[in-house]
Amino acid sequence: MGFLRIEAVSRVFPGVRGGAPTRALERTDLEVQDNDFICILGPSGCGKSTLLRIVAGLDWPTTGRVQLDGQAVERPGPDRGMVFQSYTLFPWLTVRENILFGSRSTPEKAEKLIARVGLRGFENHYPKMLSGGMQQRTALARALANDPKILLLDEPFGALDNQTRALMQELLLGIWEADRKTVLFVTHDIDEAIFMANRVAVMSARPGRIKSELRVELPHPRHYTMKTSPEFSRYKADLTEQIRIEAMKAAQMADA
Amino acid sequence: MLEPLKPVSRGARIALGAAFFVVFFAAWALATFGGAIDAMFLKDPLYTLRTGVNLFREFGFIGDVGITVFRVVGGFVLAALVAVPLGIAMGAFKPVEAFFEPFVSFARYLPASAFIPLLILWAGVGETQKLLVIFIGSVFQVILMVAVIVGSTRRELVEAAYTLGADAGGIVRRVMLPNAAPQIAETLRLVLGWAWTYVIVAELVGAESGIGHMIMDSQRLLDTGQMIFGIVCIGVIGLLSDLLFKWANQRLWPWAF
Repeated sequence: MGFLRIEAVSRVFPGVRGGAPTRALERTDLEVQDNDFICILGPSGCGKSTLLRIVAGLDWPTTGRVQLDGQAVERPGPDRGMVFQSYTLFPWLTVRENILFGSRSTPEKAEKLIARVGLRGFENHYPKMLSGGMQQRTALARALANDPKILLLDEPFGALDNQTRALMQELLLGIWEADRKTVLFVTHDIDEAIFMANRVAVMSARPGRIKSELRVELPHPRHYTMKTSPEFSRYKADLTEQIRIEAMKAAQMADA
Repeated sequence: MLEPLKPVSRGARIALGAAFFVVFFAAWALATFGGAIDAMFLKDPLYTLRTGVNLFREFGFIGDVGITVFRVVGGFVLAALVAVPLGIAMGAFKPVEAFFEPFVSFARYLPASAFIPLLILWAGVGETQKLLVIFIGSVFQVILMVAVIVGSTRRELVEAAYTLGADAGGIVRRVMLPNAAPQIAETLRLVLGWAWTYVIVAELVGAESGIGHMIMDSQRLLDTGQMIFGIVCIGVIGLLSDLLFKWANQRLWPWAF
């Protein structure tokens, strides 16, 4: 199971040294069905990472609540696996040891996932010996090895080059198509959101809130050639327009 | 020729490092054999070496070296046993840090050598007093440095561990400790060097044995050869222990180098 409900969640960060408090997130509602793949799309600084961190239990909502399968989220836990944008492999552990770190990981699961993400032959390498793409594949395997109910991804491919990023998208999508995990994926990349998601939630500029949702009806399994199909372009045109408005608002706020 | 940050080959590095020793001894030889400096103040290198051999052969100097090494290592290990766990606790848990940090920061500035007269009063002139000097000189430094190292664990690593199901104890044991271990070892290597300074100071006052005691004795006999030999001895032992520490660190934490 992995049914996520975000209810009236908002987040205000207290002002630093007497400054005004920062409203990072307006009241937000979102439901993620079991086995669904949702992308949260928004310009940088819109609070989408804050929302994801609240779901992970790494941050706390000022109002509202988050429930996973009816249970309130109060702290981080192994039922919500997370992959971060920055590299977060433990440098003192090898690839295999990293994948075995989770409290629910087992050697059998680790071996299966090592093969799954294409890291055979690198099991005993330390993270610093790996490329960025391989590090993120290990991080993905590490999160999956813990058998989470929901997988949270915070721009996991943001630091990768375009080619590697495209391959990683296909890898993750392939895993989802086979295993049907519930996935909540944060990105600012429109192509990535359309290619991966069943539903795209568009966030407004700060203070962020979900201003619209778009169902992506592209069939599964998805192939990279879809990125040049007319349907894909229509989704892209629609989302580009929406994001552009928000990006402009964000830019004006930054200038003000 | 000289470009900023341009690397130098291994061979050239060793040759350059050795070259300075040659220059150093050449200058020493020139100044003493040439007669520019009175032998009363500075003996020539050859005489110094002969005195050194003599010290080992006839005066059992190896015993002095042994007792000095024992004092340094003993005091240093005692300090590490107290300081490393406390530093880890301070780095990991902010209330613990808030409780100890102000006092430790203050105590760090208390000069270990100034405690010697007091320690002689408290502990006599035996080994306990020598160990205590080194302990006091090292313990506060190590506590603070370990606390800073542990406290600077990357937040993302801690958060990743939380999302993988680790609890508070697991974060300290499985993330902060292994993450900090190589830097803690480097800190200990550094402080071991300082401990050598404290031991000699401790041996200059109220000691019956040790390298420092030998140097003090030689002063009474105006034997600068022996004094210099003693000082060089400390340098050589320090260098060896440093190399040993470095070598061990690189073997122990292959992922960090």
